[in-house]
Amino acid sequence: MLNKYPLWKNLVILIALVIGFVYALPNVFPDDFAVQITGARSSTDVDQRILDRAVDALEAEGIAVKSTEMQERDALIRLNSAEAQLRARPVVQEAVGRDYLVALNMAPSTPEWLKSLGAGPMKLGLDLRGGVHFLLEVDMETAVDQRLEAMSGQIKRELREERVRYRGGDVEGDRSIVLTFRDEASRSEAFQLIRDQYNQFLLDEQSEDGEYRLVLTMSEAEIKSIQDYALEQNLTTIRNRVNELGVAEPLVQRQGSDRIIVELPGVQDTAAAKRVLGATANLEFRLEARQDAPAASTETFPFRDNPNREARLERDVIVTGDNVSNAQQAFDENGQPQVNITMDSVGGDLMNRATRNAIGRRMAVLFIEYRTETEEVVVDGETRTVDNRVVEKGIISLATIQSALGSSFRITGLDSIPEASELALLLRAGSLAAPMYFVQERTIGPSLGQKNIDAGMMSVLLGFVLVLCYMVVYYRGFGVIANIALTLNLMLLIACMSILSATLTLPGIAGIVLTVGMAVDANVLIFERIKEELKMGVPPQSAINAGYSRAFVSIFDANITTLLVAVILFAMGSGPVKGFAVTLSIGILTSMFSGLMVSRSIVNLVYGGRKVEKLSIGGKLANV
Amino acid sequence: MSEVEKKPIDFMGFRKIASVVSIALIVISVALLATRGLNYGLDFTGGTSVELEYQQAPALSNIRQTLEAAGYEQFVVQNFGSDTTVLVRMAEAENDQLAVEVVEALKAGGAELDLVSSSFIGSQVGEQLKEDSGLGLLIALAVVLIYVGMRFQFKFGIAAVLPLAHDVIIVLGVFSLFGWTFDLTVLAALLAVIGYSLNDTIVVADRIRENFRKMREGDSEHIINESIHQTISRTINTSGTTLVVLLALYFLGGEAINNFALALIIGVVVGTYSSIYVSANLLVALGVAREDLIVPPKEGLAGQEEEEEQPPEWLNRM
Repeated sequence: MLNKYPLWKNLVILIALVIGFVYALPNVFPDDFAVQITGARSSTDVDQRILDRAVDALEAEGIAVKSTEMQERDALIRLNSAEAQLRARPVVQEAVGRDYLVALNMAPSTPEWLKSLGAGPMKLGLDLRGGVHFLLEVDMETAVDQRLEAMSGQIKRELREERVRYRGGDVEGDRSIVLTFRDEASRSEAFQLIRDQYNQFLLDEQSEDGEYRLVLTMSEAEIKSIQDYALEQNLTTIRNRVNELGVAEPLVQRQGSDRIIVELPGVQDTAAAKRVLGATANLEFRLEARQDAPAASTETFPFRDNPNREARLERDVIVTGDNVSNAQQAFDENGQPQVNITMDSVGGDLMNRATRNAIGRRMAVLFIEYRTETEEVVVDGETRTVDNRVVEKGIISLATIQSALGSSFRITGLDSIPEASELALLLRAGSLAAPMYFVQERTIGPSLGQKNIDAGMMSVLLGFVLVLCYMVVYYRGFGVIANIALTLNLMLLIACMSILSATLTLPGIAGIVLTVGMAVDANVLIFERIKEELKMGVPPQSAINAGYSRAFVSIFDANITTLLVAVILFAMGSGPVKGFAVTLSIGILTSMFSGLMVSRSIVNLVYGGRKVEKLSIGGKLANV
Repeated sequence: MSEVEKKPIDFMGFRKIASVVSIALIVISVALLATRGLNYGLDFTGGTSVELEYQQAPALSNIRQTLEAAGYEQFVVQNFGSDTTVLVRMAEAENDQLAVEVVEALKAGGAELDLVSSSFIGSQVGEQLKEDSGLGLLIALAVVLIYVGMRFQFKFGIAAVLPLAHDVIIVLGVFSLFGWTFDLTVLAALLAVIGYSLNDTIVVADRIRENFRKMREGDSEHIINESIHQTISRTINTSGTTLVVLLALYFLGGEAINNFALALIIGVVVGTYSSIYVSANLLVALGVAREDLIVPPKEGLAGQEEEEEQPPEWLNRM
């Protein structure tokens, strides 16, 4: 029968709408103000005892606790207002002590039965909830240079151990290592050795002026993999440091080939955050030079805590901070502070080889810090600022090697616990693979966040209501149907965004507003078609059918092209543009569903399967 | 709308005038972009901006003096939204501590203020963003050209893409003329304008295609005119609803989104105009003829539906 959906089709639409309703529902419940307690170290667990202690302290201060909750890694205390939340934080911190981190949080108040279905509210972007956004750039040049240095050290050691005589072996300006040999035999021996063990180098044999040279160049693939590794390592380090900051729901994400985005909701003190995140540093473990070592193979460095004290170190680096996997302050058998260091397997291996013949000598840990300093320079009579990347190197530890070291060893003989924890912190901080620089930073105050939410909501609502009025005035009965479809569309859009746990940002709200405006387009197209058919004298039932099927091609083409643009936006854009693209794409899909299927289903329910003389579609022509 | 229904407006009668207007607008826009350029926002230039909320409305000149006294150069101080909110923008893109320093300098002057938001964007990020965005726009246009070329016909592809470029250039021209800030959100708006204008253009083009296949008489110009006439009330209604929403966004969406809404409002108006006068106009100029659109009989199933493109069968069953 014309304009009658089979039962199953109505059911499918109904089920889709019910699912949409359920998943959109959590957004109705406002977030609770909460404080979150987490262990400062991954080994520290939060238990009921700690939670009780915090709650008792809050009650003693007269701060009402709404509810408490133990989660896997942390505990959550819900409070009644933003003011209570601000007051509660220091109280809780005091009660639980320094082993725990207390962070402000907004906890969703989704009811249990919804949660069990996996439903949750949309996440709010930084621009809506306040916080800090950083973009860090990893210095890839340095990452590659560092690795080359380490490689050159290894190769030279290898050659010495195999008793192959060579000259040179340092890294040249063009990132190659040139080894010079006295005869062809030793060169081919070296060639064999390097080819077998260091396949990341391209080898080139050159002979000049009776010198036999071997030029090592790093392969492109190796450079690429060093860069990938550096970024991954930095990501991990940043994640750990962010955890140390105790921020609820931080975001650490790679962007492109050399950048890292860090978003810290709720944080206002950028300086503190940057101190922790921005400590771009590295470590080098080197042996102290022997008294008789030639000056060319040694370097002199000051101590970090006392610039007047200096030590002469070998130029060769045993291992760098890249190989340090962990460093912890602890106590030795006599209760004296010490620092336990764990190396990865490569690091342990290198450390063992370097130290087994050096027992009794001293090993230094060199701390290398990268900073950006701004300087004003006069160029062509114009004053402009130039940023200089400053490298500062200082010795943080010089200790006697008492036995051959492996992948796990300790530094003892430290004077105090603070000194030991400071050293452990520096060691951990220095295990960055490559230095990083801040290239972008945004702070959004909490008041602005709320203002943005209010403004966004207001404009969505007003725009929505205006469109509803417009449609009813213009299309009467069919306008009402379009409005129902539009409302359901908005619900589906929110449900989809919640299911995908997409982040709602201000441009995202703009995308929703735009979708509302454009979503009616499908129905406008259909209704205009129906009117045309009626004008040509087609009976109402056939007009409805023809209107929907004829308009489909236009709607499909128009939406697909727009969707293409939205997808390109998503792929090419960053930050705000992405948020906009996500809502726009989802909006196009849901509006096609609601504009075509849902509105048709309602039209069928109203008009289908019976004799209809007249359609309520507005305009004089509908009566013809 | 009833008069319109009775006697088709001779849309294409205005095509010469419209061509002159469009070309003039484009030339003016390009000239403006070449001479004045765009007032790029922080996202593109790099730099620092600090938004401050004062307890009492401050005198902007005092703030300027304080900052000058503190040794800053090249900065802009302006009200943002309300007279207690102040926005300080600086070209300096190297020092990531600047925002904090500025707040301290101003607080030292004794004023009571809160930091609402601050941004620091390194110059290299801005440069890259400019390149990526330009590339994004070009790719979007290319993909549209290919898609429309495949779905319709190559002439339609041209007639779909050129209006988009037309819209983008004119919106940019307006932004250049008034010196409005062009930032990331405006870029997003520009891409949305492309999406919107495309939507419009395709709907008109779709009707033109249908009419070429259906109407056996009349020249191209007549058929195109008839098609525009048939779709005009849809065009006006959709633009109307979208504009209504955008106006709400402009007046209520807050300062941060003003330029976004503005770009879209201009874009929707220009986009609606261009889907009629630039796109259809181009089709006439390119000499689209019936032969371009008749489905060749050899195309399997499609050959049997010579009259018009049928929607997929599943839709008819809906």
